[in-house]
Amino acid sequence: MTEHLPAIQVMIPIVGSLLIMLIRNNTLNWLIGVLSCLSVVFCSITLYSKVAISGAISYAMGGWEPPVGIEYRIDELNALFIVMISLASCIIILYAKNSLNNEIRANKISVFYSMYLLCLAGLIGILSTGDAFNAFVFLEISSLATYIMISIGQDKRALVAAYQYLIMGTIGATLYVIGVGLIFVITGSLNLVDIASRINDIELMRPLYASLAFITVGIALKIALFPLHAWLPNAYAYSPSVGTAFLASTATKVAIYLLLKYLYLVFGYNIIYSNPLFMIVIIALSLAAMFGASIIAIFQSNIKKLFAYSSVAQIGYITLGLGIANYNGLIGSTVHIINHSIIKAAIFLAIGCVVYKTKETSIKKLAGLGRTMPLIATCLTISSISLIGVPGTVGFISKWYLVLGAIEQGWWLVVISLAISSLLALIYVGRVIELIWFHEPEKNIIVIKEKLPKEMVIITIILTLATIYFGIDIRLTADLAKVAVENVLLAGDIL
Amino acid sequence: MRLDLLIRISAKIFIPFIMVFAFYVQFHGDYGPGGGFQAGVIFAASIILYTIIFGSKKAQKDFPAIVFHSMIPIGVIIFSGTGLLSVFNGYNFLDYDALSHYPKHGQHIGIIAIEIGVFVTVIGAMVSIFYAFVSRGSK
Amino acid sequence: MNIVSNLISSYNYYIIIFLMISGLFIVVARGNMMKKLVGLALFQTSVYILYISPGKILNGTAPILRDDFTIYSSPFPHVLILTAIVVGIATLSLGLALVIRINEEFGTIEEDKLFEEEL
Repeated sequence: MTEHLPAIQVMIPIVGSLLIMLIRNNTLNWLIGVLSCLSVVFCSITLYSKVAISGAISYAMGGWEPPVGIEYRIDELNALFIVMISLASCIIILYAKNSLNNEIRANKISVFYSMYLLCLAGLIGILSTGDAFNAFVFLEISSLATYIMISIGQDKRALVAAYQYLIMGTIGATLYVIGVGLIFVITGSLNLVDIASRINDIELMRPLYASLAFITVGIALKIALFPLHAWLPNAYAYSPSVGTAFLASTATKVAIYLLLKYLYLVFGYNIIYSNPLFMIVIIALSLAAMFGASIIAIFQSNIKKLFAYSSVAQIGYITLGLGIANYNGLIGSTVHIINHSIIKAAIFLAIGCVVYKTKETSIKKLAGLGRTMPLIATCLTISSISLIGVPGTVGFISKWYLVLGAIEQGWWLVVISLAISSLLALIYVGRVIELIWFHEPEKNIIVIKEKLPKEMVIITIILTLATIYFGIDIRLTADLAKVAVENVLLAGDIL
Repeated sequence: MRLDLLIRISAKIFIPFIMVFAFYVQFHGDYGPGGGFQAGVIFAASIILYTIIFGSKKAQKDFPAIVFHSMIPIGVIIFSGTGLLSVFNGYNFLDYDALSHYPKHGQHIGIIAIEIGVFVTVIGAMVSIFYAFVSRGSK
Repeated sequence: MNIVSNLISSYNYYIIIFLMISGLFIVVARGNMMKKLVGLALFQTSVYILYISPGKILNGTAPILRDDFTIYSSPFPHVLILTAIVVGIATLSLGLALVIRINEEFGTIEEDKLFEEEL
């Protein structure tokens, strides 16, 4: 049975989401959601241990052997990300029940769970598929589910945010398809491994560059790389807190994986370095994200928007690692994908607790949180601090590898930029922390008198502890990322 | 009754034929042009025609929206159930060879099964979308 | 002459590029949300043609196996585009649904007016 896991771990959330669509009972649906997420976690961990022992697994869909049929290909890198995504979704859906009951209308909750699982299925599909067009289909499945999750938010501006994301996301996906179409016309194949083996023999470089550009820009829209990030802050700010946590910790990360795969496994070093300008553009955009988005974040008055802009900045760190493109830089990227996912899940779930009590996301409501909700305030503080990259937290680990990579390349300007943008992060995080601990609470700030549901508090605390634990013990994050980078990204080429 | 007798009578004659044609396209689909998607759209078109002519209230009474809402997941369940059946028989996901003793028969059965799934989902989705927009307008 | 023959021989690409740019232009330049969706649909449709037109082989028949024909057009892009059309329908109908809801909540679908209302 275990040889079918690549297909099964995509099918479980799809079937779960279908069952939820049929059954319209909120508690039962939550239970179905939790069970599907738990079984996906079980599948993905089994699969990872299998891949770690025996190397990459190829699964032929429908018995059609690749490169003709659709191939699902699991290697150390995407198996690691699948474990991360499924764990994050499992933790967040455990938290979701009371938060959703409080934030969105009762008849929409089933829809939310259904879309949550569909989105999860799409994301796992993008990670595991080895077929360019199949990746597009899964990209659209997860995006469509995401638009609906955002539009369910209580605030009516959520609709406009979802619409904007729909326009931008569809343009991004269509650009990606154009790129794939060009590759298909040149190489005659859609299987990524097959394309990678044929692409170096192509003599006509111009369509190849065009497809590289289309694919990069298309995916950059999905990952909200700096000048293309316009959809992200509104989408994060107005969707339900659970949705925000889920999106922030999974959706953009998966798109980054897709970019990583295309740059290093499909096009390969020869092509992306045949024109030095390409990597310079990526590095420049990453630096612009780190500075620009951090500066915008300083002036935000909505707490969710503040951390949404911080997400844009952190995505800049990840793509910077892609641009540095040596051993340590790639490890930095991979680890930061995992670490940032933990941090943002912790932060947005803590904000979800605050929203549960105050019903608002204005930053003023955080004033004096240290007195009204000390436990949640501590969690928010610790996870925000790890965003800056203080030693002993997860943020430090990934930045350490990025700095190492930049030093190896001899790019001192990048090292200095990393330090300065961390200072900028210190400013916006400092503003939050100052409000939490050193201001008097406003009167009548707590709308809902009853205590926070236990599971919401416990899960927030667990995630906060995780941001510290993985900052000290790097066996599960950085060491696994090292294995993945060595075996997958740097397998063929020597830098 | 309004003076659209001609339209109503001709629609009443046409709609059953459209539905039968949908089934023709459906079952012709596994060895010729056609298939579940086209058939589903044709079938949905007949219901949409009915709605346009007899009004959304009467149409939603005769073809309740909840039926179409539940048709969407049921169709996908038929599709994925076919795939999972292959897995339980020890073949790869969606490998139709698993569905019969003879691989060729298996391929036939598999195509028909998933096309029925597609057919059901497409009818459900198309009519649901149409109903959703129609019932908005009448408010 | 070379340019002219190039223009004529690959006219399908010029049509595709024209459609693509005009679709994208409508999305960017129009403030009306409905028109934006129309532009988006046009943009997506141009991609369908981008896929299908290289699949056609001159003098090739439909890809149905028979003894008296040897050249077939590639059926593969059609399969892909059938999927892409379904995705396009889903996106478009979700977009329209969002526009209707926005119209109900805000009373307008002009982006300028929406942004005046503070976003």
